[in-house]
Amino acid sequence: MSHQLIDTYAREISDAKQHSVSDGSAAGTEKRYQILAKDYADPDSLRRLAGAIKDHTLHHLGHYLTQAEEALTARGATVHFADTDADARATILDILRSHGVSRLTKSKSMAAEEIHLNPFLIENGIECLESDLGEFIVQLDNDEPSHIVKPIIHKNRREIAATFLRDGIAPDYNDDPQVITRRARVFLREKFFQAQAGITGANFVSAETGRLVLVTNEGNARFGMAPTDVHIALVGIEKIVPRDRDFGVFLNLLGRSATGQQLTVYTQFINGPRAENQPSGPRHMHVVFMNNGRTDVLASNCREILRCIRCGACQNVCPVYRQASGHAYRSTYGGPVGAVLSPLLFGDRFPELADLPKASSLCGACNEVCPVDIPIPDLLLRLRDKAKREEVPSPGAPPMAPFATLATSPALWRTAMTMSKAMNHLPIQVAPIKPLQDWLGQRTLPEWRGGDFRKWLKGR
Amino acid sequence: MANAALNRPVARKVLLMGTCLCDAFFDDVARASVEVLEHLGVEVVFPEDQTCCGQPAFNSGDWKASRKVACFTAKVFSGDLPVIVPSGSCAAMNFHGNPLQFEDCPDPTIDSLARRTWEIMDFIVHGLGVTSWPGSLAQPTRVAFHRSCHTRGTRSGDATAGLLETVGNLTLLPFGQAEQCCGFGGTFSVTFPHISGRMGSLKLDHLLELNPDMLTSGDMSCLMHLGGLATAQGRQVPYRHAVQILRDALQP
Repeated sequence: MSHQLIDTYAREISDAKQHSVSDGSAAGTEKRYQILAKDYADPDSLRRLAGAIKDHTLHHLGHYLTQAEEALTARGATVHFADTDADARATILDILRSHGVSRLTKSKSMAAEEIHLNPFLIENGIECLESDLGEFIVQLDNDEPSHIVKPIIHKNRREIAATFLRDGIAPDYNDDPQVITRRARVFLREKFFQAQAGITGANFVSAETGRLVLVTNEGNARFGMAPTDVHIALVGIEKIVPRDRDFGVFLNLLGRSATGQQLTVYTQFINGPRAENQPSGPRHMHVVFMNNGRTDVLASNCREILRCIRCGACQNVCPVYRQASGHAYRSTYGGPVGAVLSPLLFGDRFPELADLPKASSLCGACNEVCPVDIPIPDLLLRLRDKAKREEVPSPGAPPMAPFATLATSPALWRTAMTMSKAMNHLPIQVAPIKPLQDWLGQRTLPEWRGGDFRKWLKGR
Repeated sequence: MANAALNRPVARKVLLMGTCLCDAFFDDVARASVEVLEHLGVEVVFPEDQTCCGQPAFNSGDWKASRKVACFTAKVFSGDLPVIVPSGSCAAMNFHGNPLQFEDCPDPTIDSLARRTWEIMDFIVHGLGVTSWPGSLAQPTRVAFHRSCHTRGTRSGDATAGLLETVGNLTLLPFGQAEQCCGFGGTFSVTFPHISGRMGSLKLDHLLELNPDMLTSGDMSCLMHLGGLATAQGRQVPYRHAVQILRDALQP
């Protein structure tokens, strides 16, 4: 194989899928640039502040996790710790069984995607319905989400209308987005009432109070919890922030960076299980703090990626993501954040995913829009270095040792430059060098003028 | 992303890092750099042993090879004079890439090169304080200016746009999705030929929206890629480095 997998994937996806992805992500980017600039005189300072708060928390993660556990317990929640994906799945299944739950709804959670919670619960006889519209459609199609906040960015409304007709959600074909949404709403409403538990993720957890923040645009997390008695929140350990007041910084950045909204439509602050004086809500609250490779990332030289608040801005702006789609990254997280996080998080899969960090021209647009100022291009480079040191093969990559020899031998370099002019008279288009042919298949090279500047300089 | 060092030296004598692309293809860009700097009263020294900043190996992840090249280059440019580079990308290699690849094995010559490196337009505007260009193009020229990605987070993009706007007979054209990359990325264009080509074509679609007379940038690598694609697609458009435009505007 002479090409990188992500390039091959991009070459082979349908035009419809590629257009859905590039149009969807470009629209988000324009809106995001506008709203940040409109509302803040110096958005970069805010991004750096958010990054610094996250860094501080990560440097003292043990301290803040303990504090969060104590605060949550004091509020009547039960706290669990899961070291691996299997631990997290088993813990959640045990909780559900202990409460006799056989039907539940689940709001969108990347942590749950990461451990493939849905299929696991279904295998174990629990009806588990995704209640976020996008995730619901992914579930109907037995597909995979391809974007952190827009899981079906790769689909168009005609495909969705066909799915609804096929699965009996809709009595006839209608691809009007409003009709699609209304039909999903009618279907999901009944499911919400039948559910015995609600599973959510968490966007932030305050160590100070144990208060948990959840944002949605559909209100599905809130609706999912209202009629049930059991709430389970699956939370990556990096989601902790020190104090409640830090929510302000992150919520202001999250909505704007993710969808160009000042704030998401629903922002829930969950203070614990239902109190005596509250009319409704789950009486049992379980918080499962999940490691699943995060402490390995923390120990690596790419720990800044743990600042990520899952806004998807880097995916929206990334030119490679726009061409290849999130599915090209072969893991839960696609795009720039995924290119760093996936090879690290699933450590035993590093050689298999070591090509992900190479799928970037290092243009830096991802860092420019990142609400927590993660230096993604630097992390991609560190991972390329790691792959090279660990001798993971890289298809199609030219060897660099000869270049280094040439570039450290000035006399040889000058000779090569002068001789390069001969290339103008050689039919290099037919040279038996595959990467060169591929390159020249789409582009022309300018005229070689090796050594001409040096000659001019000497001749003055 | 690539922040240039603070308090970089400014002097009336500088070292020119010509870049390997100018050495091989774009001699006139290096020549324009000399002519523009000399016009501003700056003496230009071109260390003859210079080769390349090492970026191809660095971006490929072969840091053993790229550190070797970086050490060689840092030695060629040793001393305390400012190092001026007509490329945002090679300049960023000196002040951002090198410190990154030497983070576990710091080297004083590498640090010194990082502290003294200026992208040429940044040097002209912020180093020498030239904010208005005393010259005019021979005929009205509508120019699309691509801010190369390696100047993100530096002052080079604004410096270039600001200075070009003061050149007589020159109009800068707006275009969509200006933040998007041209798709070159060095070896990226070799290992990801399909995505790179698509990125370049999209960039061209935007750059050519208003039918500019010319494309410009602070990086010949972007222009070489875009120009090569444009020619292959039959929509050829002249391209010039911003410093060539400044030099052209000085000619009577």
